Amino acid sequence: MSSGLKALLQRDLTLAFRNRGELTNPLVFFLMVIAMVPLGVSPESKVLANLAAGMIWVVALLATLLSLDSLFRNDFDDGSLEQILISPHPLYFIVLVKVFVHWLVTGLPLALISPLLGVMLFLPDAGFVPLCLSLLMGTAVLSLIGAIGAALTVALRKGGLLLSLIIMPLYVPVLIFGASVVRTAIDGFPVAGELAVLGAFLAMAIVLAPIAAAGALRISVNG
Amino acid sequence: MSFQFASLAEFWTMAGHGPYVWACYGVAFIVLAYLLIAPRRAHRQYLKQQRVLKVASENLSKAKPSQAK
Amino acid sequence: MAWQWFYRMGSPRWFYEKTDRWIPWLALVTALLLGTGFVWALGFAPADAKQGNSYRIMYLHVPAAFLALAGYYVMAIAGAIGLIWKMKLSDMVMKAAAPIGAALTFLVLVTGAIWGKPTWGTWWVWDARNTSMLLLLFLYLGVMALQNAYQHQGTADRASAILALVGTVNIPIIYKSVDWWYTLHQPATLKLTSESTIHVSMLYPLFIMIAGFYCFYALVLIFYTRLEIVQRERRTQWVSALVEGAK
Repeated sequence: MSSGLKALLQRDLTLAFRNRGELTNPLVFFLMVIAMVPLGVSPESKVLANLAAGMIWVVALLATLLSLDSLFRNDFDDGSLEQILISPHPLYFIVLVKVFVHWLVTGLPLALISPLLGVMLFLPDAGFVPLCLSLLMGTAVLSLIGAIGAALTVALRKGGLLLSLIIMPLYVPVLIFGASVVRTAIDGFPVAGELAVLGAFLAMAIVLAPIAAAGALRISVNG
Repeated sequence: MSFQFASLAEFWTMAGHGPYVWACYGVAFIVLAYLLIAPRRAHRQYLKQQRVLKVASENLSKAKPSQAK
Repeated sequence: MAWQWFYRMGSPRWFYEKTDRWIPWLALVTALLLGTGFVWALGFAPADAKQGNSYRIMYLHVPAAFLALAGYYVMAIAGAIGLIWKMKLSDMVMKAAAPIGAALTFLVLVTGAIWGKPTWGTWWVWDARNTSMLLLLFLYLGVMALQNAYQHQGTADRASAILALVGTVNIPIIYKSVDWWYTLHQPATLKLTSESTIHVSMLYPLFIMIAGFYCFYALVLIFYTRLEIVQRERRTQWVSALVEGAK
């Protein structure tokens, strides 16, 4: 990896960890909303066990959406995004690096904390590992697709909600297969096939999403 | 091919399915009519509005020389 | 040269003046097709053996669904042409196609829900087609919202084009995913009547309605595009002449 991209990686990681508070926001959101599910629905373990897989996935999706706005916005606001755009490095890799950092600080923690949430919602034992795995891959896809939306709306002031609106339909296939991996495992069937589909989504997203996001960035910044 | 209903009353009730069928055709009529009318109305209003603006700006520029003292 | 007509077609003024002459004919054809279709569908097509008269809603639901989906591709292709060849007219067509597609998708959802009640006892079913239609509506609304959000029209056009294209890639994926998800979870109580071979006497009015809807779509797309043209080209001389002529 060229030194420029490595520098970008280091810079973004440093910036991300500098503001610890911002890092934990999606996690706390995740926890709080999951805590509200029994309060709003029912505390019975049977009901919750049924809902657990889907609810955890939906809330993970929402938490990712929440954190996407800041993917490019900070850089856009202080002008460094413009500088990054005119740098000699291919925008595709720049986007990939940024999304990778975003996933490291949002998707990865979400996936790692998901067993705790599984316990809170009485997720059956067979579901824990598949939940983690599906969230690991799934949140990466969500970050990649979300980058497109973030790039399209970075120049807008109230971009956050619009970002969610335009990205949601694109998230549906990931949600369907991600939650389904967990349910299939709980029902006792092998999940390799469905995990493979998630893997295929990930591969497609890694190849295509940064291209669209790069184009969208140029449009947003060059106005 | 012939008219499928014995009377207009039967045509209206559609053997019990009347409310559903007519609700659908009603909504369709509204949607299609809206799509036909709205753009043309906006078009006419836009041209009219631009004309008003144009006349107003012409009056303003005509008034200026005489107002300049 | 062959490309001349392509670039001439890209002139908003050319489009505006040509469509001045096409509109009356297109409107006539649309009225004939839709008029015949409606009358035939409502009054002369035989009642269905299983669904009775409620199946007549199909004559609205199916053509609208065709156009809702085709309309998205019209929007996306127009966006792509505008993005690649920087053809202003194409951008205008893309913007015009969005509200039309959204309205037709809305019509599909409403007629589908109303049709569902007497046929399958429920207003809504989260099956592949219904859910994909709902998501299609969201895709349309997203493009409309994005168009609305930007101050500068050029940026708005390019951003919406990208969104429309990303959506295009996703529509088949969304449909296949939802289809797979639904067949996995199909509740035992609900048996969707598979499309039984439809009788020829029911097909003719359906074809007429579909053709009528296509003509209707073209007509309405022209109306909305002309509105866009007049708004965006207001500084040109020929539009100023139009304004002069306005009452």
